[in-house]
Amino acid sequence: MIEQALSGLWYGFGVAFEPHNILWCFVGVLVGNMVGVLPGMGPLATISILLPLTFGMKPVGAILMLGGVMYGAQYGGAICSILLNLPCHPPHAVTCLDGFPMTKQGRGGVALGLTVFASFVGASWGITEMIFLSPLLVKAALQFGPAEVCSLMLLGLLAGSTLARGSPIKGVAMTVLGLFLGSVGTDLETGSERYTFGMTELDDGIELIALALGLFGIAEFMNSVNQVAPINTKYTNVGIKDMRPTKADMKRAFFPMWRGTIVGSLCSLIPGTGPTIASFVAYATEKKISRHPEKFGTGLIEGVVCPEASTHSSVQGDFIPTMSLGIPGDAVMALLLGALMIQGIVPGPQLISQHPDIFWGLVASFWIGNIMLVLLNVPLIGIWVKMLAIPYRFLYPSAMFFVCIGVYAANNDFFQVGEVAVIGLFGYVLLRLGFHPAPILLGFVLGPRFEENFRRAMLISRGDILVFVERPISAVFVALCALLIGSQIYFRLRGAKADLEPAAENVVGGEAPTALATQRVPATPAE
Amino acid sequence: MRFSTSLRELIGKRDFYAGGLMLLLGLGIALKGSTYRAGTLMHMGPGFLPTALGILLVLLGIAIAAASLTGGPDEHGGDQSILPEHPQWWAWFCILMSPVAFIFFGRYFGMAPGTFACVFIAALGDKTSSWKGTIILASVVTVFGVTLFSYFLQVPMPILTWRGEL
Repeated sequence: MIEQALSGLWYGFGVAFEPHNILWCFVGVLVGNMVGVLPGMGPLATISILLPLTFGMKPVGAILMLGGVMYGAQYGGAICSILLNLPCHPPHAVTCLDGFPMTKQGRGGVALGLTVFASFVGASWGITEMIFLSPLLVKAALQFGPAEVCSLMLLGLLAGSTLARGSPIKGVAMTVLGLFLGSVGTDLETGSERYTFGMTELDDGIELIALALGLFGIAEFMNSVNQVAPINTKYTNVGIKDMRPTKADMKRAFFPMWRGTIVGSLCSLIPGTGPTIASFVAYATEKKISRHPEKFGTGLIEGVVCPEASTHSSVQGDFIPTMSLGIPGDAVMALLLGALMIQGIVPGPQLISQHPDIFWGLVASFWIGNIMLVLLNVPLIGIWVKMLAIPYRFLYPSAMFFVCIGVYAANNDFFQVGEVAVIGLFGYVLLRLGFHPAPILLGFVLGPRFEENFRRAMLISRGDILVFVERPISAVFVALCALLIGSQIYFRLRGAKADLEPAAENVVGGEAPTALATQRVPATPAE
Repeated sequence: MRFSTSLRELIGKRDFYAGGLMLLLGLGIALKGSTYRAGTLMHMGPGFLPTALGILLVLLGIAIAAASLTGGPDEHGGDQSILPEHPQWWAWFCILMSPVAFIFFGRYFGMAPGTFACVFIAALGDKTSSWKGTIILASVVTVFGVTLFSYFLQVPMPILTWRGEL
């Protein structure tokens, strides 16, 4: 088993070191790092903008680049949080608590330096986990019939919508809406058109890119236009020399870093709990076991490295269910799966054996990309810091152009540009009504496969709905679904919060009520 | 009990509207879905799943709205209004008009005018923007965008064209 994984990894390095692949990986992490630094742009919007550009590329290069944007943005987001106190990327919101006080004390450079190091450790652990766990998962998943796949998807969708941010019931509503949007267009089995209202452009369904850019691009711009606080560049003068930590700092950061890594990797194994929850849980844990919890929030290095290591370990770990089962844990992963599907690759347990170049190439590119990111972030910190000063009034109009041309380039059709505007308006209404749009994307990407497998399962069982509880593996998934719903209702009736984040938000609120509440920032709904 | 909720208080409850919107959407989906063939469980037709989803959405909508009326745990920290504190009608209009301008100018005049109009109109939405700064920004993005998308990425859209028939 281990031998097999190592030979796969060896092969993967061969793929990832091909000149064009390494170039795309570099482009991905560079763009990712850049948008991570820029307040108001998230990895979701960026990946959707880049998506149409990958149509002409080979699938390996495309997925390497898009994956690079995802984890590259996590490195950049930390800079934004520590130096500006702007939690513009949700996973890094807790990093502000101790990161910014450190900056005020003039130790922002040290915080950044140790963050880069902790991120690398966390990511490495996540990648190792992916190498050894994915083949195991695949072995189990290959036994699955349509009924098992169906109930597994149901579990993934439920977890993705109830454990994420905000009210669980609203999350479920968004998932249902996403599943419905996925069914628009020509029905694959019967060929009849659904919900097209006579528009032939909708025959192929709603464009994934238009949906993603509408919800995470236009709706977000509408949410943050004229609301962004002017950026305080007082503390952003950080150079490479400031980043070197002292021995004492290293020593204090060592164990929290590993604890964060473990928490992150555990969180990534639960579907639906992305890096945001991982970082909050890691911070809360670290505070709990600390000998001086009252000092958290005043600029402790432990409070910086622990959530950061956790975020990165969880980001890499999130790829495990996505790549080995074809079940994405959050919206970014759903988008990456969508990118694979556009390339004509069917996600699922057969992916590793049918396209080993994609899977192992991706794993190997994670190592390469993370090393590139360390190299990018340490000597070039000055450049990234300067980018923080780009004002929003230049950012969003330029991004609007990329949204329009990106959607146009997907089909070379202006219809989709109109589609993105309509979806954007609708997305903003949803945002204002307190919905988080991320589960829509999850439902949208999984919708057609869910329907296909559901129909197949029903056909095989001759219309017997009980098949889902009669087959043992499927029954386990259904039981987990029931447990998930039951516990949500139970906690709701008891008045306690079931999902982790609001609880964690209380931690935040108690820690630094002024730091986070006074600024309205363009929060990107990426977890 | 909070049965004495006045109408005014109700209008402030955004979860009430959130639930209402889901209810209406679900109703629409289910009604339209019922015009497609539903089939049997064994041989499902195209209408089966969407209709089921629509009904589910109606139920979820009722649950969301009901939870807001019974005064469940407040999730928004007192922020119950649907509009933000400082509504940005002009900026919202600009952002939504930007793709429309891209479609219009892109279709009839080509990529360069389309890009310029798209960026220009979007940038007008910002309160601090000036005419000069907006024009410079739009020009820079146009040059950069046309170079990238037309020359390097070969997006099949004429840079400059004239289609007389409007």
